[in-house]
This record gives sequence, structure tokens and C-alpha cells, in this order.
Amino acid sequence: MDQVVLNSGDTAWMLASTALVLLMTPGLAFFYGGMVRTKSVLNMMMMSMITIGIVSVLWVLYGFQLAFGSSAQSQWYGSISFSGLGGMVNDLTNNGGIYPIPVLIFAAFQLMFAIITPALISGAIADRTKFSAWAVFVTVWVSVVYFPVAHWVFAFGNKVGDTITGAGFLARKGLEDFAGGTAVHINAGAAGLALALILGKRVGWRKESMRPHSLPLVLLGSGLLWFGWFGFNAGSALAANGIAGLAFMNTQVATAGALVGWIMVEKIRDGHPTSLGAASGAVAGLVAITPACAFVAPWAAVVIGIIAGALCAMAVGLKYKLGFDDSLDVVGVHLVGGLWGCISIGVFGTHVVNSVGLDGLLYGGGMTLLGKQIFGALFVLVYSFIATLIIGLIIDKTMGFRITRDAELEGIDLNEHAESAYEMAGSSRGGSSI
Amino acid sequence: MKLITAILKPFKLDDVKSALQSAGITGMTVSEASGFGRQGGHTEVYRGAEYTVDLIPKIRLEVLVDDSDCESVIDVIVKAASTGSIGDGKVWSTPVDQVVRVRTGERGVDAI
Repeated sequence: MDQVVLNSGDTAWMLASTALVLLMTPGLAFFYGGMVRTKSVLNMMMMSMITIGIVSVLWVLYGFQLAFGSSAQSQWYGSISFSGLGGMVNDLTNNGGIYPIPVLIFAAFQLMFAIITPALISGAIADRTKFSAWAVFVTVWVSVVYFPVAHWVFAFGNKVGDTITGAGFLARKGLEDFAGGTAVHINAGAAGLALALILGKRVGWRKESMRPHSLPLVLLGSGLLWFGWFGFNAGSALAANGIAGLAFMNTQVATAGALVGWIMVEKIRDGHPTSLGAASGAVAGLVAITPACAFVAPWAAVVIGIIAGALCAMAVGLKYKLGFDDSLDVVGVHLVGGLWGCISIGVFGTHVVNSVGLDGLLYGGGMTLLGKQIFGALFVLVYSFIATLIIGLIIDKTMGFRITRDAELEGIDLNEHAESAYEMAGSSRGGSSI
Repeated sequence: MKLITAILKPFKLDDVKSALQSAGITGMTVSEASGFGRQGGHTEVYRGAEYTVDLIPKIRLEVLVDDSDCESVIDVIVKAASTGSIGDGKVWSTPVDQVVRVRTGERGVDAI
């Protein structure tokens, strides 16, 4: 067998992709931050920022090994050991085969996914979450939910010769999830639902106005997410090649389709296409194409996107019918969009665009792939929901998950962070230092 | 002396201000206000959820005048502020006991 040597083109693309995916989390902070009221924008953004801090540290301690190690030879988790990452500086990436990129770049790339997934959850519990409880939740949740689930989906095992050890459960089952429809979006969406149920509704929900305080911030955030998502999806090829190109193109056109799909629903249903709808539609499209981006043709990506936009635009109304305060629609966008994206591969998947992909329903593949997709999606959904319920309830019963009613009414920024986002009104200007 | 208070549509402020200046009024106070009258509010929709916004942005303009100028200044404001559609606002006057110019200590009509 030929020795695989480091490829500088692939390595350069993966360095860039990794930085792109990091940018998504501050982008998400803007996207979410603009949607809440002026008194809670800083807390909303901090819930994203703290995940960058906590998860990066955990990743070096044990996260990378727990997700991608192979020494336990388990399909449920990687290795329970200190990661450190110092001993593998000269190693290439081995994930079901050798990739000509340094393993530390692969580890950094995967870290960014581990950061944004818990950050996504925060939108479900806006305005009312005790910050210390959130920090504890992020620490426990990534350790018990994200790292293992990433192993199930993304770990293709350590390949030596012809033997592969330590591949994940869903990867072995043949689930096709290119960039994280299950591990990231269904996972975060199901967890968001569980936390919204545990924390309960915001004070005044459905009675007083909870309009987004800054739609330009939301649009800025959606733009940063869209930009960073090219790294998320096209970078998941782990190479600068044709599959990366396919994922890149599909990411663009599915997102565009979903943007149009969402505002068309609004135009028909409410009379006006809104900027919040355009931003939300784009994110719904990005979510839906994430698992599918390397398995479908661009025309199919457009169809997947349009359906994702329309479907999520309708799904965000569910919380009012069912009576749970998923404040920024993590369920309506990430769970619903993630499920649709995952299932869509079973319909539109074709080996013509990707030789390792199976054919879906439309290409004569029958129900085989569709069945694998539905199984994988539901498996992650159920695990994430139940595990999050347990973690959330323990935190709620011990340290308390929610700030006091008074603190919530006065504003979480002031009470949890001793800051206010905007200093513009005349009479509150000034003051003196102590 | 009288205090004339006018509630205006924000985009009519410039028209009213120049009309008053042409009529010889040399000072006024303008502040941002919100409220509603017969016009009522409007509806905004965010991700399909409807919000009724009943407090609409308005401008509050205040002018101090001598009793004899009161009616004519009100006429100037009403003429300049009118668009003919609902929500044009209101103008009223109230008696003022005393006015003092802070810099000079002048009192009464001299301070206007």
C-alpha cells in the first residue's frame, strides 16, 4: 500500500474551513441576540460565547478522545482517556481511512461542531436561564450527549490495513449524515425541546410583547452563519475535492431555496414577506442541507431547500398550539429542518453524485436508505431528548435552572452580568465610577 | 401667556417647524412621544406570531406664546401638520403662570 503523505491543498482548505465553522457561533449569537428584547441580548449572546470557552477546554482534556478515539473499540463512545493532543502532532487523520491532513486540524475542525451544537440549544430558553446553570449544563451535556453522539455518527473508525476498529453505531448502520443533521441539528433541537419544557414559559409569554429588538442583528447573524456554513458542509469532505464542491454548491442553492420558501409562506399566510422570515428561512435551508449536501444533486438541493423553508415556516407555529415556550424556535427550525434533511437523503440520494452514497426512493433504491435515515434520525432524537430531560431536571432540582421572576422582569443582562447592551437614552446616560 | 402643545406625525415636524419660524416664533421644544387616539395601533407579525402595537411614535412640540398670539400660532400648526388622514394629532393650549429666562432672570412675556 502506498504511503499517504500530507497534501497541502487539502490541509489549507481544512484550516480555512475550521475557522469558518468557528465564526458560526458568534454569528449564531447575533442571530439569536437580535431576536430577544433589549434587556436580554447580552445574556443571549453570552450563552453562545461561553460554549466556545467550555467546550474547547473539554475537547483538549477528554472530548476529542471520547468522540473520535478508537482504543475502547466501542460503537457507543471513543476512548475514555486524557486527550492532551500533544502526542499526535505528526499524525495524519484516520477516520475510516487515512486523510492527508494533520489529525490536529481534524480535531480542531470537529471541535467547532462540538461548540456550536450546545450553543444552538440556548435559543429555546432565552431570557430566563441562570448563567451558572447553563455553564454546568453545557459541560455535562457535551460530555454525555454530544461527544458520544458524534462518535455514533462521525467516527468511521481507525483503519489499519483492512481492519477498522472503533467505528460509531450509526456510521456502521449506514446512516448518511454528511455534516451533522443528526449529531448537530436533531440533537440540539430535541435538547432544546426538553429544556423549554423543564424551564417553562417566560413571564408574560403570549400576553406581553416579545418582539425582536434588532432585526438588522438577526440578518447580520444569518449572514455570518451562511458564510461559515460553507466550512461546515464543504469542509466535511475533509478534502479540497469534487465532493467539497458539490457540498458547497448544494449549501448555496438549498439555502436560497429555503429563504424563498419561507417568505412565500409568509406572503400567502400573513400578507407580508418579512426580513425575519428571510433570515430564518436561510437558516432552515442550511440546517436541512447539512446532512444531505454531499449525497444529492444541486437540483434536488433546491427542492430540499424550498420544502425546508416552507415546512419550518409552518412548524414555528406549533409551540403556540402545544403551549411550550421554545423562545427562538430551536425545535421549529433545527429539529424539524434536521429531520427533513435527514429523511430527504432517503428520497433524493444518488450514487451518481457521490460514489459512496446509496440511491434513494427516486433513484430506484427503494426503502433501504430511507429506512436507515429514519432510524438514525429517531435514534438520536430520542436519546438526546431523554438524556437532556434527565440532565436538565437534575440541574433544576439542585442548583436551579431559572432566574427569579423579579430578575427576569427587570432584565437578565443586568442581573446575571451587571451590564446593559445599549446606552442611548438621555436620562440614563452618565453616572460616576465608584 | 399660553403653552401650546402639539402632537404630530413625526414626518410633519419639519413642515410645522418652518411654518412656525416663518410666523416669527423663535423657540420651541420637541420631544419624541408615543400614544394612540382614534387611529389606534398597527399589527406586526414575527415568525407568524401577531403583535398589536398600540403605542405609535409621535412628536410632541411645545411653544410658549403671548395670549394674543395663541390662536394664530395654533392655526399655523394645524395648517402645517394636516395631511387629512387619521392620526394627524392634536393641538391644545394651557395657561401659564410664570416664565423665567434662566440666563438673564427676565420674567413674564419678556422671557418668551
